[in-house]
Amino acid sequence: MATIRHERLTVTTNDAVVNVRQTVREFAVDVKLSLVDQTKLITAASELARNMVVYGGGGTVLLEQVENDGHQGVRATFEDQGPGIPDVALAMRDGYTSGGGLGLGLGGAKRLVQDFELRTEVGKGTTIVITRWK
Amino acid sequence: MDRIPILRMGRFLLVTIQVDMHDRLALALQDDLTNRIVSDRAKGVLIDISSLEIVDSFMGRTLGNIAGMARILDADTVVVGMRPAVAITLVELGLSLPGVRTALTVEKGMELLRAPGEDVVNGDHPS
Repeated sequence: MATIRHERLTVTTNDAVVNVRQTVREFAVDVKLSLVDQTKLITAASELARNMVVYGGGGTVLLEQVENDGHQGVRATFEDQGPGIPDVALAMRDGYTSGGGLGLGLGGAKRLVQDFELRTEVGKGTTIVITRWK
Repeated sequence: MDRIPILRMGRFLLVTIQVDMHDRLALALQDDLTNRIVSDRAKGVLIDISSLEIVDSFMGRTLGNIAGMARILDADTVVVGMRPAVAITLVELGLSLPGVRTALTVEKGMELLRAPGEDVVNGDHPS
């Protein structure tokens, strides 16, 4: 898989989530994702960016325009140095929340993209990589 | 701080969301609308989201909260103009906006508010 271009954003406040949505949208338009796929990717990114602020104490988002076997896609990597997720299976479950939200963020975001990868270590932080392919 | 303007038309309050809402703006709208329902003695709230490119779980929850608070204050809420891509994404996300009445257009939404409790079917509504 090759990276065609990339951009890194720092996300420490709720307001920065808007910036993530707008930048993800630019990448999605460049890759010519369909309107529905754009909407799904932006919504997933919005959920994960907010999670990072609320639970991870903020972090960074790396956005990449990627290509694999002639297919282009947008990959977003959300990385924080927060408390980590002790029970990933529980956190992925719809309706579970540790922060007063709806508990749809993680499981919902996974449903909205094709590739979803989560790495977490308690006390070290969480990294989530999502990709939506054209 | 930015605020989303709330217009009054008779007994109804109208809101058109034309910016990508950050979370504080959504919460401010929730507070402002709740206060205006009481101060204006409004019987209905119409929220036009046709400009919104996405509705994530936070915004969805805020819309649900607004409808719930309005209900307790004896006002109906109708959300209008949702884009098809937004509807598809919301349901896949796991959010079907329970308790929120919707209509495709502002006109249909106003019909719903004027005839509370009745299902307005296309071309077949009491005038």
